Amino acid sequence: MKLKSRHLLGLENMPREDIELILNTAVSFKEVLERPIKKLPTLQGRTIVNLFFESSTRTRISFELAERRLSADVVNFTTAGSSMAKGETFKDTVKNIEAMKVDMVVIRHSSPGAPHFLAKIIDANVINAGDGTHEHPTQALLDIFTMREKFGYIQGLNVCIVGDILHSRVARSNIFGLKTLGANVSVCGPETLIPKDIESLGVEVYHNIDEVIPKVDVLNVLRLQLERQNSAFIPSLQEYHKFFGITRKRLEKASKPILIMHPGPINRGVELSSDVADSEHSVILEQVTNGVAVRMAILYLLGTMAN
Amino acid sequence: MKVKEKIMDAEDIERTLNRLTYEIVERNKGSKNLAIIGIRTRGEFLAKRIAEKISKLEGNQPPIGVLDITFYRDDVRLKLRQPEVKTTEIDFAIDDKDIILVDDVLFTGRTVRAALDELIDFGRPKTVQLVVLIDRGGRELPIQADFVGKKVKTNLNERVKVKLREVDGEDSVLLVEDD
Repeated sequence: MKLKSRHLLGLENMPREDIELILNTAVSFKEVLERPIKKLPTLQGRTIVNLFFESSTRTRISFELAERRLSADVVNFTTAGSSMAKGETFKDTVKNIEAMKVDMVVIRHSSPGAPHFLAKIIDANVINAGDGTHEHPTQALLDIFTMREKFGYIQGLNVCIVGDILHSRVARSNIFGLKTLGANVSVCGPETLIPKDIESLGVEVYHNIDEVIPKVDVLNVLRLQLERQNSAFIPSLQEYHKFFGITRKRLEKASKPILIMHPGPINRGVELSSDVADSEHSVILEQVTNGVAVRMAILYLLGTMAN
Repeated sequence: MKVKEKIMDAEDIERTLNRLTYEIVERNKGSKNLAIIGIRTRGEFLAKRIAEKISKLEGNQPPIGVLDITFYRDDVRLKLRQPEVKTTEIDFAIDDKDIILVDDVLFTGRTVRAALDELIDFGRPKTVQLVVLIDRGGRELPIQADFVGKKVKTNLNERVKVKLREVDGEDSVLLVEDD
């Protein structure tokens, strides 16, 4: 049982067996996280570098915890205060880091494809922790893990991804992974925030959230990227909330409870009302817990793979 | 793979497990403080059988757990193979318990070393006692069993194959040689 690729670059084209192997392995790591001592010797002696060219709190801490709980040696790199601020190129920076004999690299970068480029120029295993608007595979895997844990299956599950699909790497990775596992995936948001060719990925498109709610089991609500608010994608936050915000009142129209997910950080009162974010059907904090288990599974599977 | 000898049949296994159960209860002066933990895969089923026998004999059911030692193996770093991982299940506190650790075959001792490391991460048992169905010699670490079903002299090119009805559909112990 091993993965087909020695890197985790994205979920597009990742075979079903690989996704399932990661999810199944993560179940074992979740058990470890319940123990009094949450540490395993599995990656002793391995060095992992976290290269974060873009800011992140959750993902970086989650990766770092996962790495340390597997007993790996961890080095963190952020652009601020690095030689890149002195004008060094991306390639030179990573070549230098590789020359220090690292085994695995976790990379977040604002340019789509940066991890793929990195995988071509270095020998270490590369894990994509988010590349621009392209993919964020570990987030999607932890989302799918959480759905599978709650429902017991993914095949035939009705999942709607709500919000800014246009700029969302989380949405893209979710669509690829969920479709591969046989879920029915739809997206919902204002026309300006839905990419024109999104149907080609096999998803249904909605612009009216009240039409979707009665049909779904899961709402994966994306963060409205406030930094884009001035780019005229939406008239105002208030208007966005009025038309697309997930509120208790809206959810009451569904005949059954809907699982509420969000990759964080939440803008309370914009894409989600506070009472929904904190309701019993929200699994937002469980997603964070599961994130560590899923990342441990990925690090383990890549880090112990025969060359 | 060639079968060289049938070391035990179903009745032999049953009789041996009965004796091991009596020995465990005798040495621990009862079963009040015992907990039985099996090492996946076949140790798990042997542990369940022993626990059942103890419960019949003593009238109380000791807690049962299962260890999956994959993450503690010392050969993961050699990248030899990547076994499928299953979960460890220990849903009771092991602190101050007398742990009966069960495996099918004791050979190099490396599996038991990994199991002890994992067990210690769950707490501080009063004692850990090792039960094996077969001790085939060939130790690479200073580890020995407290209760042994049968000692078998083997060569390095031979393997001891324990079959249990829960996973293999039959009970037997075979000495086999790989081609």
